Parts: sequence; structure tokens; C-alpha cells
Amino acid sequence: MELERTNDSFLTTQLDQIIGWARKNSLWPMPMGISCCAIEMMAFAGPRFDVARFGSEAFRFSPRQSDLMIVAGTVTYKMSHVVRKIYDQMPDPKWVIAMGACTSSGGMYRSYSVVQGIDLFLPVDVYVSGCPPRPDNLLKALMEIQKKIARGEKPGQSDKVYIEESAEHA
Amino acid sequence: MKDLLLQKLREQFPSAVEVVSEFRDELTLIIRKADILPVCSFLQSNSDLSFDSIRDLCGADYHRPDDRFEVIYNIYSLKNNFRLRLKVRIDEKDLHVASVSGIWQGANWLERESYDMYGILFDGHPDLRRIYLPEEFEYYPLRKDFPLMGIPGSLPLPRK
Amino acid sequence: MDQDPKLRILHALESQDTTVTFDDPLENEMILNMGPQHPATHGVLRLLIRLDGETIVSLVPDLGYLHRGYEKLAENMTFHEFIPHTDRLDYLSPLANNVAYVLAVEKLAGIEAPPRAQYIRVICCELARLTSHLVWLGTMAMDVGAVTVLLWGFREREKIQDIWDVLTGVRFTTSYTRIGGLAQDITPEAITALNDFLDRFPASLDECEKVLNKNRIFIDRCEGVGFLSKEDTINFGITGPILRAAGVDHDLRRDAPYLVYDKLEFNVPVYYDCDTLARFYVRMAEMRESVSILRQALQKLPSGPTNAANPKRVLPQKEKVYGKMEELIHDFMLVNFGINPPIGEVYHAIEASKGELGFYIVSHGEGYPWRLKIRSPSFSNLQALPAMLKGRMISDVVAVIGGLDPVMGEADK
Repeated sequence: MELERTNDSFLTTQLDQIIGWARKNSLWPMPMGISCCAIEMMAFAGPRFDVARFGSEAFRFSPRQSDLMIVAGTVTYKMSHVVRKIYDQMPDPKWVIAMGACTSSGGMYRSYSVVQGIDLFLPVDVYVSGCPPRPDNLLKALMEIQKKIARGEKPGQSDKVYIEESAEHA
Repeated sequence: MKDLLLQKLREQFPSAVEVVSEFRDELTLIIRKADILPVCSFLQSNSDLSFDSIRDLCGADYHRPDDRFEVIYNIYSLKNNFRLRLKVRIDEKDLHVASVSGIWQGANWLERESYDMYGILFDGHPDLRRIYLPEEFEYYPLRKDFPLMGIPGSLPLPRK
Repeated sequence: MDQDPKLRILHALESQDTTVTFDDPLENEMILNMGPQHPATHGVLRLLIRLDGETIVSLVPDLGYLHRGYEKLAENMTFHEFIPHTDRLDYLSPLANNVAYVLAVEKLAGIEAPPRAQYIRVICCELARLTSHLVWLGTMAMDVGAVTVLLWGFREREKIQDIWDVLTGVRFTTSYTRIGGLAQDITPEAITALNDFLDRFPASLDECEKVLNKNRIFIDRCEGVGFLSKEDTINFGITGPILRAAGVDHDLRRDAPYLVYDKLEFNVPVYYDCDTLARFYVRMAEMRESVSILRQALQKLPSGPTNAANPKRVLPQKEKVYGKMEELIHDFMLVNFGINPPIGEVYHAIEASKGELGFYIVSHGEGYPWRLKIRSPSFSNLQALPAMLKGRMISDVVAVIGGLDPVMGEADK
């Protein structure tokens, strides 16, 4: 068994861990709220399924000030250019949650104007299924991204995580 | 109300009304295509009938060899609480019909939507361009010969 | 280029050209793109606004960013399969859309749901109106500046969503109604939860009103803003609270009654100012009327079956499908081949929270509709936006859109 020798010293790995801890506990989402999932996302930010307790206090609608994009709602071909432009405007490192069935795979709309999944033009980290997903599932997706950051994985290239609909709710 | 309406229409426009039908208590009149603008103008301005608001305007593709398309007008009279449906048959070779957006301003976007979906041209419309799909799209989606999944490459997608 | 510089700006914005330059930048009026992604446009509505300083010269809305092809989808699926799609039209009040669609199909097929189902559908419609108006209240107040009301509105909305959870099984997009009746009956648990909610809700509405009704800032931002005369409102085909705020006493629940609204007593609030503040008052009064309608419907709820006795058209209950032969065959035929209504066309509209939501269905006798047109109130209401905002300031755009309350899922179909 060979141990891989990296060039990271003790101090830089500790620094990486501290930076990762700071990043994951202050993920500011950019809500790309397009249709029905946006309402569940507003409920996810609302008083009951409070997301501010996870550090996502500021729902900045400006891409320059956020690091997580939650694409919530059906993305049509006309809207896809807008979503890509906003994704390009976000500073690195940035993560993407594909919320709902429509963003994961086109959802129930197999029609001429709906993009069958946003991973055709965006690198996605976590897929949340549901139509719309319960805010609890979206919280689980946020926690999965936090775990990814804690493990030090690079956004967009690590293994994708799929959150299924389950019957356990808070 | 129905009798008053039919009597007045027959007085003013003796040959405009082609078919009168009633199904589930709803009155539908099929109007000759050339007469639709005067008929609508009369219905809106006449003080007894006073059909002052247009509720819906849509196209339909019946996929028959002649008179393939239809435009359906759903107008409502607030004073008499009466709803009327007017239909106009359009042939594929002559896809023009007069625009009623001068009579009811609400018809403006509705006619743009029918143009976007079917390609029916409305003469006299102030701003006839596509409303739902991007301007460069070349097809008319709601026609029966357009596939549900669309034509690949007709709408561009940004690169990954 | 010899073109008029304003046209050049417009073409450049529409074609996303970032290389265009101008000789005298201060001479031009500005074209502002209030883009599809914006916190205050209630969804993906794009506005191209030509500004002279802060005054709006003209405004062009650009729709279609959520066009999902509903009407084409409807031509390719049976009437039952389209019910979940209707949920996502006006996604703030999903139950009302379900009821509207199912009423249109039942009118076409000549089926009538039993009285118990009709009362439960009235309860669903009014609850849907309440949730839609609560989100409207929250977002409009937040856009104008009062952020607290958003959280209060969402708190109340969560209570209604809990009731839906017990009643239909789903928090949000319910697909509860079926052709001929409902998916399942209302349970005593749901009735208790609903009664509890109705006891506490008027107090929360009072709380929100205390913050907003006499608030100097709110009134100054909303009074006189977005004025559209009564004749113009009728001519544009606008319906719903905006029509009632312009002094027209028109409500489909009373003028063309459907379900059991003719047996319930309610007032129709009408205001005469035709501006955003009047629309605010109309919607607040409508919420209180909805509470009274809900109480009456709960009192008068009759007992009986929830599905019509028409086995060739109405989907049977799942337990019987797994046990009995006729129900199994009927279920198979209905799911695969549809209900096959008679040849004809029908239009049925209900008074949804945004206005008149109607479905125009043409049937050629098959299980699929030949043409299905959705008359969406937000689409017709949005047409009046340029007329309402001519000559106003840029900050009024947000207040007027809040007063109009458009939902892009409906407007873009």
C-alpha cells in the first residue's frame, strides 16, 4: 500500500479546514427562483424551515455577492441563457443546487421549449427530487453541500449527490 | 338576450352569420371572415348589446383540407351579463384576418399569441411579433404538424 | 450608423450586443432592462423601460421566459393526465386551478359532482384564494418596504399548507380534484384543523393591517400610483380585484355561479379609486370574505358520496380496483383511453384569486382534447402595465407590479 505524499504541510491543511468551515457555515444562496419551486424556496427561507440558522442569512439577489445558486423552477430555452449568464457572473468557488424535477431532468414537461435538465449547460452539485421538493429536502441538500465543502471537494467536479423524496419530515 | 342579439345582427349584417350553434347553454356564431371587423365594432358600440370586454382570443388548427384554421373570440357584456363566442374560419392559403385590437385593447397580446403559436397574420395590428418564443424561432408550435418534443437545434442552448 | 440612437440601444439590448458605442452619451434617454432575474418582478418577467432621468417614457414587457408548452402538452394526454399540470399554472393557488379545469371537463362531458364534493371544492377554492392573497400581501409589502409582513404572511401560509397536507396528502401542488369528484374525502381531522385556523386567522390579518393601513409611507407609495380609468380597465379585458378596484361590481361567483356559490352569502368588495391602494383594500376585504365563506361551507357540508356515480367516466377508488372486476376494467379503460366526452366545445371560467381563469376545450370525441386554451388572468392583466406606468417614476414600477399581482406560470403558460 502506498501512501500518497502531498505537498500540503500541517499548517496549510489546517488553514484549508478553517476556510472550509467558514465557507460552509456562511453559504449565501442566489435564489434563481423561476416558478413553483421558488415558492417552496421562499418557504425554506421563511419562519418555519428557517435557513438562516444554517448560515444562509442573506438571500442576495445579486450574483456578485453569493456563492451558491439554487435553480428553482422550470428552465426554458429562452431562460437558459439568462441562468448561464448569472452563473458566469458569480465569483469562484460556486456551487449549484438543482431543485426539483424540472431542473434535474425536465420534469413533467417533455415539450419543445423546456430544457431537459440544467446539467446540459451548468455543472450541478446536488440534485433534489420532488415537485416541488419539501423544504426539508432542500435543507438536506444544503447540508450535503456543506459536507462537500468540509471534505474539500472542488465544486462542479465531485460526485453528484441525489436527494430523494422521503417520508420523514421535521 | 340571445334573440335580441340574433335579430340585431341579422338586421345589420344579413349575410355575415354563417352558422348559429348552441352546446351546453353557450352560444357560438360562425362569422364570415370578411365581416368580422364590422360585426365586432357593431357589437361593442351598440348600447343595447354593449360587448365591452374581450375575454379570450385564440386560434385552433383543425387539420382539415380546406379552412384549416379558426380564430375564436370570447366576448362578454358586463351590462347584460352575457357571454358570446364568435368563430372565423381561415384557409391555409390566405392566413390573414382583420385585427380587433382597435376595438378592444385587450386583444393586442392575445393576437400576438395566436400569431406566435399558429402563424395567423392579423392585418392592422400595431405590433405583430412573437410573444412567447424567441424572435428567431422559425416554426409555429401549436400546429398539428409540429412535434411535441420540438425540432432539435431550433432553439439554441448556452455552452457548458 | 445613421440609425436613431434610441433604436440602436434597443436593438443592442435585445441582441445582447455589448460592443455598441455612442458619440454623446448624455444626450440619450436610458433604456433600463429590469431583467427576468429580479427580486421584485414576481417571477420571470422582463421589462424594457425607456427612462428620461427617473421618469418612465415607455415600457415594454417581454414574456415567454416560462413558456412550457401547456397547450401542446394538453393535446397529447388524456383529460385525467392533465390535472397535475393545472396545479402549476397559478402556482400560488393550485387547488383553484384544479377545480377550474375539472369543472370545464365536467361541463363538456355532462357529469355533475355530488353536493358534498361541491362544498369541499368551494372550501378548496377559498383556501387557495387565501394562500394566493397572503403571498401577494407579503411580496407587495416587501417590495414597497415593509419586510416584516412577508414573514407574517408566510407564517399564516404554512398553517394553510398543513391543512392541505392533512386534506390532500401534499403540501403544495395538490392535484386533489378528479373528474366527477375528488381524490379522497375530507376527514374530521382536517375539519378540526380548518376550524382552528379560521378562529385565529382574522387576528393575524388585523395585525398586518395595523402595520400597513394607516402607514404614511405605504399610503404615499401606493396612492394614485398605477391609475387606469374604468373604461380602459374594461376595454383591456382585465378581471379580478383590479376590476373591482376600478368601481365595476363584477364577480363570477355571484354573476355566473358555479359549484354552490349561489347557496352561500358573501359580499363583493368594490372600491372606486382605480389605483394600487384601492387594489390593496379590495384584496384585504376579499380575504375576510373568504373566511366567512369558509365558515358557511363548513357548517353546511352535507354527507354523502364524493364522486359522481358514472362508472364510465369517473375513476374508481383504488381499493376497489385491486379487488373487483368491473372497477379494474373501468380503471384500465379510463387510464388508457380517456373519458371520451361528446363532440363539442365548451368554455368554463371561475373567479380565481387573480381574475377570470377559464378553460376552453374543444373535443372531437376522443380521450384527448383536440384544443385546450387556458384563459389566464395574469396575461390579460399584464397588458395594461405600460398604460398604467406612463409618466410615472421608476420606483413606482415595483408598487404597480405588486398591485397587479401577476404570476408568470399562468401568464406564460
